[in-house]
Amino acid sequence: MNSKMQQVWDTLNTIPDPEIPVITVVELGVVRAVDFVEDFLQITITPTYSGCPAMKQFEDDIVSELNKVGFSDVRIKTNFDPAWTTDWMSDEAREKLRVYGIAPPERGSEDKGVLFLSGPKKVACPQCRSEDTKLISQFGSTACKALYSCNACKETFDYFKCI
Amino acid sequence: MNTKKALFEYCIRIGDNSMILGHRLSELCSRGPILEEDIAITNISLDLFGQCRNILTYAGEVEGKGRNEDDLAYHRPEHEFRSVLLTEQPNGHFGTTMARQMLFSVFHYYFYKELSKSNDVHLAAFAAKSLKETMYHMRHSSEWIIRLGDGTEESHEKMQEGLNKMWSYRHELFEKDAVDEHLIELGIAVDTAKFKDAYEKQLEEIISRATLEIPEEGWRATGGRIGHHSEYMGHILAVFQSLARAYPDAKW
Ligand SMILES: [Zn+2]
Repeated sequence: MNSKMQQVWDTLNTIPDPEIPVITVVELGVVRAVDFVEDFLQITITPTYSGCPAMKQFEDDIVSELNKVGFSDVRIKTNFDPAWTTDWMSDEAREKLRVYGIAPPERGSEDKGVLFLSGPKKVACPQCRSEDTKLISQFGSTACKALYSCNACKETFDYFKCI
Repeated sequence: MNTKKALFEYCIRIGDNSMILGHRLSELCSRGPILEEDIAITNISLDLFGQCRNILTYAGEVEGKGRNEDDLAYHRPEHEFRSVLLTEQPNGHFGTTMARQMLFSVFHYYFYKELSKSNDVHLAAFAAKSLKETMYHMRHSSEWIIRLGDGTEESHEKMQEGLNKMWSYRHELFEKDAVDEHLIELGIAVDTAKFKDAYEKQLEEIISRATLEIPEEGWRATGGRIGHHSEYMGHILAVFQSLARAYPDAKW
């Protein structure tokens, strides 16, 4: 990787997810590619959810941070293929989520039961790590999260759901 | 038939269904029966609007007249909307909202699954992405139908009533015309007849788990796909398009 390319990735690695500031846009897996095209810099991103309201913020943040380090013409390209999946999230990012109080997505555990959840899924409480938890709602405070509560410590918590 | 024109029409139909149902669900924002449901319904609405934006943007590119997603959403008159009548039905009580959602989401699931194999790479990617979201929508409404149907006497009665009310609207989802036939031949569009049986079977499973009765087959709703909408549509668009029409250059 040449030094200019390295600089772009280093910069991207400092841009936090606007809604979950402990992980970066790179760790989340939203940034898919960096390309120097003719005289501009193209950043290819993919949305987490089709209607995620944070996407515009991602775009603005990426452009403005790269502008600051000297890349004046930055263009965002949105790509849907392959569709974003939580499997792209690194172990490090998962641990950061847990410490922040969000139960990370279980790796490779995309819900297989199509219509009905196939048996209770074990989601450990990010506070006390108990697996005695229950699903309150498939939909949480943002598109990517579900709402759980812990039977052991009685806390409710967000679970970053697998897609 | 002109393939470009057919593809534009096809995209508009997909986008309009998501837009109008998304709008109906957005009406429940801050009015949900409980906080968790308020959030769930708003999230589903957001997914549908996201899907709508993607496909309308593509429709605009296919058309090649410089129209973007906003032009298509905010500056088309009612008779140019191609959404099925199911999507414009009022929310009614929660049982009705969930019945409408289930009839639509189960269809959406099979539809996107097939569309993800389309020869049109853009449609295929769009469908693969949307499918993941739709699985959550389908589960959400199905679980509520079971919970309410198999709940108290009152919830059972209301759930049945909601289901009866929405039942006749589902057929329109499976209608086909020359646009569909042309694009099916090219491997671009989905032949919905292929999964009609699976769709009906899935509904039966949910309804029986919910201890509800399968409603009687009666009349069949039709017309939305050719722009013949019910009175509800005018009211929806009056709200939906008012800002963009009053301030045509508004930016947000
Ligand atoms: Zn706990």
